Amino acid sequence: MNMSGMTTAITPTPKVAAMNETKVSARDVQVYYGDKHAIRDVNIEIRSRTVTAFIGPSGCGKSTFLRCINRMNDTIASCRVEGNISIDSENIYDPKVDPVQLRAKVGMVFQKPNPFPKSIFENVAYGPRIHGLAAKKSDLDDIVASALQKAGLWNEVKDRLDSPGTGLSGGQQQRLCIARAVAVSPEVILMDEPCSALDPIATAKVEELIHELRENFTIVIVTHSMQQAARVSQRTAMFHLGNLVEENDTDKMFTNPDDQRTQDYIMGRFG
Amino acid sequence: MTDVSVFGNVAKDIQTKSILEPDARTRRRNAAEARFRLWGAIAVALGVLALVGLLASIFSNGLSSFRQTYVTLDVFLDPAKLDKDGSRDPASIAKVSTFGYTPLIEKALAEAMAAKGISVDGMNAKAASELISKEAPASLRNHVIANPSEIGETVSFDLLASGRIDGYYKGRVTMESAALDRNTSPEQLQLAERLKEAGILTTRFNWDFFTAPDASDTRPEASGLGVAILGSAYMMLIVLVLSLPLGVAASIYLEEFAPQNRFTDLIEVNIANLAAVPSIVFGILGLAVFINFAGLPQSAPIVGGLVLTLMTLPTIIIATRAALKAVPPSIRDAALGVGASKMQSIFHHVLPLAMPGILTGTIIGLAQALGETAPLLLIGMVAFVREYPAGPPDGFFDPASALPVQVYNWTQRGDPAFVERASGAIIVLLVFLILMNLIAIILRRRFERRW
Ligand SMILES: Nc1ncnc2c1ncn2[C@@H]1O[C@H](COP(=O)(O)OP(=O)(O)OP(=O)(O)O)[C@@H](O)[C@H]1O
Ligand SMILES: [Mg+2]
Repeated sequence: MNMSGMTTAITPTPKVAAMNETKVSARDVQVYYGDKHAIRDVNIEIRSRTVTAFIGPSGCGKSTFLRCINRMNDTIASCRVEGNISIDSENIYDPKVDPVQLRAKVGMVFQKPNPFPKSIFENVAYGPRIHGLAAKKSDLDDIVASALQKAGLWNEVKDRLDSPGTGLSGGQQQRLCIARAVAVSPEVILMDEPCSALDPIATAKVEELIHELRENFTIVIVTHSMQQAARVSQRTAMFHLGNLVEENDTDKMFTNPDDQRTQDYIMGRFG
Repeated sequence: MTDVSVFGNVAKDIQTKSILEPDARTRRRNAAEARFRLWGAIAVALGVLALVGLLASIFSNGLSSFRQTYVTLDVFLDPAKLDKDGSRDPASIAKVSTFGYTPLIEKALAEAMAAKGISVDGMNAKAASELISKEAPASLRNHVIANPSEIGETVSFDLLASGRIDGYYKGRVTMESAALDRNTSPEQLQLAERLKEAGILTTRFNWDFFTAPDASDTRPEASGLGVAILGSAYMMLIVLVLSLPLGVAASIYLEEFAPQNRFTDLIEVNIANLAAVPSIVFGILGLAVFINFAGLPQSAPIVGGLVLTLMTLPTIIIATRAALKAVPPSIRDAALGVGASKMQSIFHHVLPLAMPGILTGTIIGLAQALGETAPLLLIGMVAFVREYPAGPPDGFFDPASALPVQVYNWTQRGDPAFVERASGAIIVLLVFLILMNLIAIILRRRFERRW
């Protein structure tokens, strides 16, 4: 199929919130796995059209907190979330909220690239299809093409959309997963160590992509790489033992943090 | 300082050992491995030997049942005997019993022998005609009732030779054994030889073995697997249609939706146990529930199918749950992450990936059910059935037999010719099983090769 030249027809969905407005806000969030208290009293404002990085030593609860934002923790039977997380001032833990609908609004990219064992096209088209975003086949083609373009993968795969997504390289697979998340036009994209399985070149591409995606999406990224946090994010949040230690502008965080633990962690003294 | 000296010692120790010469420990390890391999090879060899022995015995006994001896005769369908009032009315033709057809065959045989100049040699014509099966008049009668217009014509028939004559050409009956046998005589065998030379008696491929129904104790040559194959096919259909959807639905529910609590644990343990329950217990259950309580007919494929469904369900559920468990959780996360509901993530992504495992489990379950005998004996499928069951679905309620039961049945009969039949039936059963396994392999390949 030939979809080149259709790019201009696709305009990114306009977002109401301007940059630096609060998109996600968490109030006194507690997370328990059974008896284990994994997240304690976390309060954070995540800004719209900003990349926020979560850093902290292993096991401190970065993934746990990230997964609270799209209620992926609901799938873990022992997991219990208390407190209040709201997106655009709507509490996502309100009993009236359907997590399935929420996840269309808050996309997720996982640590390990996990494309569906289907064609590249089907991988990206799946989300729009189940949400009924395309009325016609040509609409779907447009959405897929635009998502792949936003994910910077279009030029590499445009000639083989029918070949399996699992046949791509690791970095391409991860960008395919990003395209898959982008295709449903979410407002927030959560990324849990999206580059940890990638080589430096693929990592650079994904980082570049994150940089571009910031124009349209609110991005939260968990990373173990200080350099990556410094490169891609504007805000950084530091977790330690389930607590949010400090949240600040990335520049300040890496030059002159307020908290001693942040200083120690960034200097590599623990973690 | 101490650290350094420790490393120094270790280094010295290592230097003293040459890797060109294995030390005692390595030699012991290698010897143990060699012994283990030997035991493994012996075990495999024994298994192969047993299998080869089994197959050899079955094939040497049973292959001959795929060939059968026939006597080809031109029989004059005498209107004076078969249709006395000349009305060609099937009802009145049916009044003539098989005894009315015997003289026609005797006459045809005598004429054929006269034409080829073969003498009866020390037997009366009656004894000579006994080398034709007692089944022959019956099949002649069936043909005439089906084609009343042929009355008055001379029609060529392939009539079954008697079991002893057939056995003679398969090496089961010899001149010596015939001398001691009330059912045949050396003279009869010699006559058969002369008929064979004249081309009247021939041995050829036995299609009837697959299509004919069972026959009585005294007519092994006429017995076939027709009813048993139909019965087994009906039961497999019932088992497939009932147990696949039920089993898959139950597995999906248990694996993906059911809450983890005492109750589901109990169900889980029970399903695992059910798979190990002796099959005869299911037969008793079937007898009590389906026949005595629900009032379904005995010997019917519907009851057999239901009992075998109960037996197959645990196998399918266990296989399906294992297949569902084997699907990486990252696929579920991926689907949920783009906003698929749980149901969508299962039916769009998990189930297709689990399909090869599910299909393999189902076909293994079906193959088990196909070979199952004990429960069928209890629900009366061992009855002597000569009538073909009707087409489905009505035929599900007609009496029928089943392949393994037919094997069992034939091994219980007195005439040695049934040994051959039983082995032949085992071969047919094995071929079906191999076919099913092939289908399983092909389906698995097809589903796996998608990506
Ligand atoms: N499914 C679970 N069940 C029970 N405890 C869990 C579960 N997932 C995480 N935990 C616990 O919660 C705590 C936080 O885990 P989490 O995965 O959020 O850490 P993380 O900061 O993402 O670590 P990493 O950097 O290694 O990914 C850990 O102590 C972990 O053992
Ligand atoms: Mg993590």
